[in-house]
Formats: sequence, C-alpha cells, structure tokens
Amino acid sequence: MGFEVLLKGNNFLRLLLGLGVSLRISVISVLISILAGIFLGILMSTDKPVIKLFSKIYLEVVRIMPQMVLLFIVFFGATRILGINISAELSAIIVFSFWGTAEMADLVRGALQSIPITQYESSKALGLNQTQTFVYIIIPQIVRRLIPLSINLITRMIKTTSLVMMIGIVEVLKVGQQIIEANRKVSPNAAFGVFATVFLLYFLACWPISLLSKKLEKKWEI
Amino acid sequence: MSDVLRIENLEKRYEDSIVLDDINITVKKGEVVVIVGPSGCGKSTLLRCLNGLEKIQEGSVVLEDQIVNPVSKNQEKVREKIGMVFQTYDLFPHMTILQNVMLAPLKVKKRNKQDVQTEALELLDRVGLLSKKDKYPRQLSGGQKQRVAIVRALIMHPEVLLLDEITAALDPEMVREVLDVVLSLAKEGRTMVIVTHEMQFAKAVADRVIFLDGGKIIEEGSSKEIFEHPKTDRLKTFLKSFTYDEQ
Repeated sequence: MGFEVLLKGNNFLRLLLGLGVSLRISVISVLISILAGIFLGILMSTDKPVIKLFSKIYLEVVRIMPQMVLLFIVFFGATRILGINISAELSAIIVFSFWGTAEMADLVRGALQSIPITQYESSKALGLNQTQTFVYIIIPQIVRRLIPLSINLITRMIKTTSLVMMIGIVEVLKVGQQIIEANRKVSPNAAFGVFATVFLLYFLACWPISLLSKKLEKKWEI
Repeated sequence: MSDVLRIENLEKRYEDSIVLDDINITVKKGEVVVIVGPSGCGKSTLLRCLNGLEKIQEGSVVLEDQIVNPVSKNQEKVREKIGMVFQTYDLFPHMTILQNVMLAPLKVKKRNKQDVQTEALELLDRVGLLSKKDKYPRQLSGGQKQRVAIVRALIMHPEVLLLDEITAALDPEMVREVLDVVLSLAKEGRTMVIVTHEMQFAKAVADRVIFLDGGKIIEEGSSKEIFEHPKTDRLKTFLKSFTYDEQ
C-alpha cells in the first residue's frame, strides 16, 4: 500500500516537521487575520463612504484572485518591483493574512449588523452606557455568532497552506512528494501511502477545531 | 400629587415632516397615562422621546428636576430612572432570565449581588415565572418574555415606567397574562405612560387618556370622558373603528 516508506529512515518525522511548517504559517496568519479582521469589520460597519469603497475593493480583490496568484505576486513580484527580499514563508503569511483579514472582516461586519437595533435600545433604556452595552450585550452575542463561521475560515486557511509549496516552502505536502520521488523505484505504491498519511495529518489538524466549534455552538445556542 | 414627568412644547421633526407638534403633558406621581391613536400618529415616537431614545427639536422632557430630552451627556443617570418595555420584549438572548433581570442593577447601580438576586427572585415569583429563572429567553413564550421584560425594568426602581405597545406582538391568548401584571402595577400606584391598541385595557387601567392624531394631542381626559363621551369627530371615528356593530 506504500505506507512502508514512512518507516524508512526519518521519513515520518520529516512529514510531521512539514506539517509543523504548514501549521506555523496557518496559526500566525489566523491570529493576524482575526485581530485585523475584527478591527476592519468594526470600521466597515460604520457608514463612512470612503471605508465602504475601500473595503469593497479589498474584498473583491481577495475573492477574485486565486490565492496562488497572490502568492506569486508577493513572492516573485514584490522582490522584483520593490527590490526587497521577502522570504517564502513571510510571503505566505502576508498572503494568507491578506485573505483571512478580508473574510474575517466581512464576517464581523455581518455579525455586527445582525444584532437588532432594539438590543442596543433596550440596553440603553436600562441605563447601561455605551461601553457596558458593548461588553455585556453586543460582544458576547457577536462572538457566539462568529464562532462557527470563523472556524470554517480557519480550517480553510489550514488546508490552503498546501499551496505554499508552489513558492518553494517545504511543508507537509512537499515533504510527501519528496518522499515519493525518492522512493519511486523501490516502492512504486508510495504515492498512495504517503498522500493518505498527509490526508490524515490534515484531518487531525482540523478535526479538533471543528469539534470545539460544535461544542461551543451547542453551549451557546441562541 | 407632585409632578414626576413634564413634557413641554415638545416638537419632533424628521427633516421637513413634523412628527410631533407642540406636545404638553404632565404626569403626576402614581398616575397612569394611556396614549391612544391610529397607527403612525406618533405615539410610539413620543414614548421614545420620553427616555431620550429619540432626539427632539423643540421643547423639553423633564423628570423631576433632571432634563431627559434634549439628550445630554451622562444620559444614563436619568435613563435608569425611566423604565421602558418594548413591543418586541428585547431580552438579551445570551443570558438566562435571572441574568437578564440582574444585569442592570448590578452593572448600572452597582448594587450588592445577594440583595439583587433576592429581589429578582421575588419579582419573578410575583409574575409567576420563578421556575423559569435559569431558562434562556428562547425557551419562553412571548407572554412570558414580556413579563420578564417588565420585571427587568421594575428592578431598577424607575420613577416612571414606559410601556410601548407591549401586547402588540403577542398571541391573543397571552395578552391577558401581561395586562394583568400591568393592572396590578397600576393598583399599587406606579407611575406609568402606556401606549396601547387594547382599548378595553386602556379603559380599565387609565387615570387619564390622551388621544394623539397626526402628531398632535386632539383630546385628553379621564377614560370615561374619552371612551364614553368623545367630543371631537376624529376621536369618535377612531373609537368606532374598534366596534363592529353597524350604526
């Protein structure tokens, strides 16, 4: 079945280290995206035309451009045009944060707008000031609405890190390919075993997050 | 009896259209004032002006000695003395019933938690909802939610309670349970300003009825005067729209 190649030398360890690279890129990008996304999302829910226009263009760019094209632009393009040398991993983090921030901001905007105005009013009517209204009434409801949506975004970001091998980052999928190439003659079936293992590793990385999301959703059912 | 709430020359405009025109109402302590009128006559807007949720262009709303409207900074200080219950209950969905009731006294008045809890439980018991204290709003019926909303306002010990069409979103069989609570509040001498479409209820609860039409006070008087001896044609027409007998 081709699983035996993983037991040769330190192949399995290399695969795990590759997964580590994927997760490092995802975790850093996800953190940046969440923080920047919350900030931008709040800005977007104000009715300033300039911000609206800017965020619309930003969102459209992110939606239309394949992530791989963005990776190429930043990694190959920026180096040429700006004359700065950005490492592949930093390029990946920039692109993933750029993408994640846009989607997160849109989720935050949607969640904010889904809170009926009467929630603000009844809080005001009870004498709560603006800060108290946000801390006790609005933010807890937004967080509850955001959890399932942002978990979906996070798992998508983790999965999409498989693209970064295209700019030369040796992450889990690339390591897998290397192992397959190296063993082409001795174990021709390696492709199945290795890719199946990669699949399993991705699954193990994303599944606990999904479980956590389900648990929180159940706990916080509104 | 002393005046609690004074509304003087109140005017509310949206751009060019006048929504409320030269409204003067004085509410005495312990008085129940009911505002009736056709849809869109401005009665809900008027109520919202009374706790500063709507800005006004002319005139003033004064609670005892504090200005409520025109809205100023530190509005919260005055607002906590004016309880308001809305048509759509607007409980906080992420909190249990007890948490909903206890939030404002704890956070706004910074009262002792033990005292607040004792009082909250008493009030919930009074409206027959003690057993629901750990439920979430989604688990309650409309009538039950509205009774919680009343309790949530009451626990702030408001000087005036504003009720904005609190039965309008309820199924008919739940209207009674909510109105019974309001009637008992009226009996114990709460000062209230009520906007309602329930004419029978208005008749039963009101010390004074105000008929509002086109943003103006058309007629004002005791519930007997308004419902049994209406003077103006507009009020007569309005009252007729609630009866079905051919005349």
